[in-house]
Amino acid sequence: MTRRPTGWHAAKVTALHPETASARRIELEVPTWPGNDPGAHLDIRLTAPDGYQASRSYSIASSGEGTRVVLAVDEVPNGEVSPFLVEDLLVDDMLEVHGPLGSYFIWSPDSEERPVQLIAGGSGVVPLFAMAEAHALAGDASGFRMLYSVRTPADRFFASDLEGFAAHGSLQLDYVYTRQTPAGWAVPPGRITREVLEAAAWPAEVRPIVYVCGPTPFVETVAGWLTELGHDPRAVLTERFGGG
Amino acid sequence: MHLDGNAVAGALADAFGRDVTSAEASCGSCGARQAVASASAYVSAMGWVLRCVHCDAVLAVLIETEGHVRMSMAGVSSLDMPVAGGGA
Ligand SMILES: Cc1cc2nc3c(=O)[nH]c(=O)nc-3n(C[C@H](O)[C@H](O)[C@H](O)COP(=O)(O)OP(=O)(O)OC[C@H]3O[C@@H](n4cnc5c(N)ncnc54)[C@H](O)[C@@H]3O)c2cc1C
Ligand SMILES: [Zn+2]
Repeated sequence: MTRRPTGWHAAKVTALHPETASARRIELEVPTWPGNDPGAHLDIRLTAPDGYQASRSYSIASSGEGTRVVLAVDEVPNGEVSPFLVEDLLVDDMLEVHGPLGSYFIWSPDSEERPVQLIAGGSGVVPLFAMAEAHALAGDASGFRMLYSVRTPADRFFASDLEGFAAHGSLQLDYVYTRQTPAGWAVPPGRITREVLEAAAWPAEVRPIVYVCGPTPFVETVAGWLTELGHDPRAVLTERFGGG
Repeated sequence: MHLDGNAVAGALADAFGRDVTSAEASCGSCGARQAVASASAYVSAMGWVLRCVHCDAVLAVLIETEGHVRMSMAGVSSLDMPVAGGGA
């Protein structure tokens, strides 16, 4: 794996798309960006006219070389930073970003060939999407599975890309719908359970590397079950987004 | 709601000049080793506290006031990380 220097960069907003009813995809051009590995994040620092500053972390949905950086931000009602990014940010605006960050929560196509289990809650899918896409593009042989817990079908991030990876066989994709399911879905909406996790995830015997990302309570619950199911805690990598 | 060491990667990178989320921190209280990313982080507008994921002891603190940052890592007995170009 290449070691990428981390630092402060000026980013220009080049494109904005609605990702879901409450989230937005943000494309940045960062001329001095050193590239980033799949799973990395960056910090965005906003400065108000009076000098007040606020900074938040956002995972990077894109990876590899190049200076295009893609984010996907979900609006937290009454939040300080996310409502600005989702509602007020405009194309051609400049942002101050710090990154790439997070050499711990990274998957690299040239890493050990081990099965990979991705487990996402809500916007926690962003870094895991970067891993799934890098895996699909690399034609990497490790078996990738994703278990994605999301409120409703309309709240899925990167839905068509993920379906594409699944259709091409580079990803086994399973959903847990917590509030509303698609029509004809076999199970009623509800939170992820240990049984669902056990049924959809790679078993401990195949020694997968497991990446868990999402709201803090989701990550801690799932990581606890994985240990109970016999997974090596050192092979369960976690990233907590906060909230609940 | 607490976060983890991933959330303070930026401030630590400013201090160390590199990303240290995969560095292994040994807790000065209980001795347990943990990746910096897996320690518990409590973040506020004034700064943050990083705590041992095993015994909850304070590993590191950052406090930011106007024009001044103070960081303490008094709770970390050692920090281990690979260096670029290292290894045999
Ligand atoms: C490493 C890392 C990567 C992240 N990547 C992403 C990402 O790719 N996309 C993304 O949308 N977010 C991501 N987040 C979360 C993001 O950093 C912010 O916490 C989030 O956007 C809310 O910030 P805010 O300023 O709008 O809300 P704040 O003003 O900080 O919080 C307002 C209220 O909302 C609650 N809250 C804070 N964070 C959340 C949350 N994540 N979910 C629900 N409630 C919350 C707080 O407890 C508070 O009560 C990531 C966080 C971390 C640590
Ligand atoms: Zn300890």
